[in-house]
Amino acid sequence: MRIQRIDNQPEIISEQQENPDLSGLKPLIEKYRNKKGNLIPLLQGTQEMLGYIPEEAFKMISEGTGINLSDMYGVATFYSQFRLHPVGKNIIKVCHGTACHVQNASVITDALEETLKVCDGETTEDGLFTLESVACLGCCSLAPVMMIGDETYGKLTSKSAVKVIREIRIQEKKEQAESSIKKD
Amino acid sequence: METTKVIVGLGSCGIAAGGNKVYNKIKEMKELENIDFILDKTSCVGMCFREPLVEIIDETGAYLYGDIDEKKAIEIIDQHVQKLTPVKEYIVHSDLYETRDDNFFKGQVKIALRDCGFINPENLDEYEARNGYVALKNIAEKGISQEDIIQNVLDSGLRGRGGGGFPTGLKWRFALNSEADEKYVICNADEGDPGAFMDRSLLEGDPHAVIEGMIIAAFAIGATGGVIYCRAEYPLAIDRLNIALEQARKAGYLGSDILGITGFNLDIYVKEGAGAFVCGEETALMASVEGKRGMPNKRPPFPAEAGLWGKPTNINNVETFANIPWIIVNGPDAYAAYGTEKSKGTKVFALTGKIKNGGLVEVPMGITIREVIFNLGGGIQDDKRFKAVQLGGPSGGCIPEHLIDTPIDYDSVNATGAIMGSGGMVVMDETTCMVDMARFFLDFTQKESCGKCTFCRIGTKRMLEILTRICNAEGEEGDIEKLEELAYHIKDASLCGLGQTAPNPVLTTIRYFRDEYEAHIRDKKCPAKSCKKLLTYEVIPEMCTGCTVCAKNCPVDTIRGARKELHFIEQDKCTHCGVCFSKCKFDAIRVY
Ligand SMILES: Cc1cc2nc3c(=O)[nH]c(=O)nc-3n(C[C@H](O)[C@H](O)[C@H](O)COP(=O)(O)O)c2cc1C
Ligand code: FES
Repeated sequence: MRIQRIDNQPEIISEQQENPDLSGLKPLIEKYRNKKGNLIPLLQGTQEMLGYIPEEAFKMISEGTGINLSDMYGVATFYSQFRLHPVGKNIIKVCHGTACHVQNASVITDALEETLKVCDGETTEDGLFTLESVACLGCCSLAPVMMIGDETYGKLTSKSAVKVIREIRIQEKKEQAESSIKKD
Repeated sequence: METTKVIVGLGSCGIAAGGNKVYNKIKEMKELENIDFILDKTSCVGMCFREPLVEIIDETGAYLYGDIDEKKAIEIIDQHVQKLTPVKEYIVHSDLYETRDDNFFKGQVKIALRDCGFINPENLDEYEARNGYVALKNIAEKGISQEDIIQNVLDSGLRGRGGGGFPTGLKWRFALNSEADEKYVICNADEGDPGAFMDRSLLEGDPHAVIEGMIIAAFAIGATGGVIYCRAEYPLAIDRLNIALEQARKAGYLGSDILGITGFNLDIYVKEGAGAFVCGEETALMASVEGKRGMPNKRPPFPAEAGLWGKPTNINNVETFANIPWIIVNGPDAYAAYGTEKSKGTKVFALTGKIKNGGLVEVPMGITIREVIFNLGGGIQDDKRFKAVQLGGPSGGCIPEHLIDTPIDYDSVNATGAIMGSGGMVVMDETTCMVDMARFFLDFTQKESCGKCTFCRIGTKRMLEILTRICNAEGEEGDIEKLEELAYHIKDASLCGLGQTAPNPVLTTIRYFRDEYEAHIRDKKCPAKSCKKLLTYEVIPEMCTGCTVCAKNCPVDTIRGARKELHFIEQDKCTHCGVCFSKCKFDAIRVY
């Protein structure tokens, strides 16, 4: 499978992993119960809600729908979309498709690895970013390309890629500061 | 006086290039300054290399502006819309002026892409105004029979655009002849070939064309349900498809007794893929729709006999479906008038890589590779030398310079060892290493192999290991022969197209670029200067100023020399990382 995730997770993330909020799962299970071919949409819905699929969610879906745990695990590990561990707030998908490879996408990943101090597939200490490589984002004529959230960035250089990350980081810090002021 | 229209290109590529910012700026100007014009959006016309694009249509004609940012947007609204003087230097295409990009459109024939970049894809009226749903209405009003539709598609000579090239009409006939209470049509929008984006552009730019094609196919084979299997990496395409499906339901193109045809009931829904290349293969795709692991199954039974949920199923590619309404409206002969004897009509290609005009083109079959790359594509970036073009993605092969006059049709392309594929055309220049390309594709197929067939699962892994060794300066005599032997076994012993074609990129590069493999293995040199481990870095004494930047940045401390004195690199510790080369401000590092 394409994305190989590495198991060493920063602390911030493991705390979150211990108590995922599963309350949203019930309506999802209701919606898809007894529907043909419901397994993948169920997993996709769970991940949409939580960012990953925790063990407890597997159990809950299995109890709610009667789908075998082993079938669920088989499907969840087959497709590269599904994550079994929590990830950073922003997932950086650097394209390593053919067009991006030819246009030197590895330079982008190298630069981001250096800036974020993580390897491909890992999450940063502060839990803000997870770095991933993907196969093609469909914007090949703007290669090399990366995607963060729903935003696609094209014609990257190592400098411009790092700049994007910096801007997001500043934005995140601002939001954090504002929300902590509100709390006080 | 007709109101001027300003249309911003908002396909994924336009948005990535900054199209939304331009759109918002123009909207803000319109509202703040109360300027009278209609602001609209469209998708990609294929000129990705000039994104963001803004088209202004006024009484005098249509003007396409390219490379527009917020500043230029203000200028063109001000000059063109307000003062009626077009800003010539930003115009990239117009019937009224000659521009340097005109060649990009010369030689193109737009059938599948007929509406892309011309309509707002979220507006059904605009699709209908350009012959949209006329084919379906003709079928309903004139009572065209299932058999007649299939005969039309057969006569047009249309072959599947998903890569296989199987005659579409024939496939429909098989599905029609299978008796069953339920049947399905599936649109394959998984577009797994990394480096291709024809289907994305079509779905984003003209979703109704694909949907209409599916409805016609459903009627022709007697299907009761439809699925569009779209990869999750295309969120915009999925959004626009869902909007279009809802509009089609409201307008009565989907539902019960569609357009008054008694008993013709159909609904279509979008199914999001979950990220597996092999799910583009039709049997794996259906397993995935059923919620299973996407593993291919043995054929026969073919999908036309027992497909989704065991029912007869017809599965076609996005582009195949988009051609159908045009063929029904204009007649099969009009379609067959384009192309060659065995490959009729037009084909969409995604031009990427080291090409000047990267984008989407639709050309008649039979055009040569040279025409596409050098006339439409404008040649190679930085006027470097053309080396090869990759067709068919991970299943295809690299076509070298001496075969550049090969006509693009199924048989001629197959004869080179590559395949037509779905339409990805990745152009490579002298700086692209062909051994590294082969390694790249093997890395892809090895990871994407579903693991069912031993030869595909393990054979590709062994081939990848050999190729990685060669790229890391550890190649041995006999490696090429080992690669060839493994390749033939994998081709023979794999169930689906993934394994059967996975060795193609290796075999074609060995066939046309054997000398590069030998240079890697024997001389430990990479002629394209791309494989880092095979490069030697040296200080050029005449250029070195002794600034010490290289020595400071060297991660393994292998550069010696005092300030203001000549530096030198101790080769035995060098890890070939290239940092010295990229940091030197005086071009004093030579790479060979
Ligand atoms: C590994 C593999 C991947 C494929 N990926 C795609 C794809 O992404 N899109 C597609 O339309 N066809 C793909 N195909 C071809 C399909 O199996 C099938 O032939 C095609 O969808 C039929 O439609 P057509 O006759 O209109 O071409 C793939 C085949 C294989 C073996
Ligand atoms: S190859 Fe990178 S976007 Fe397609």
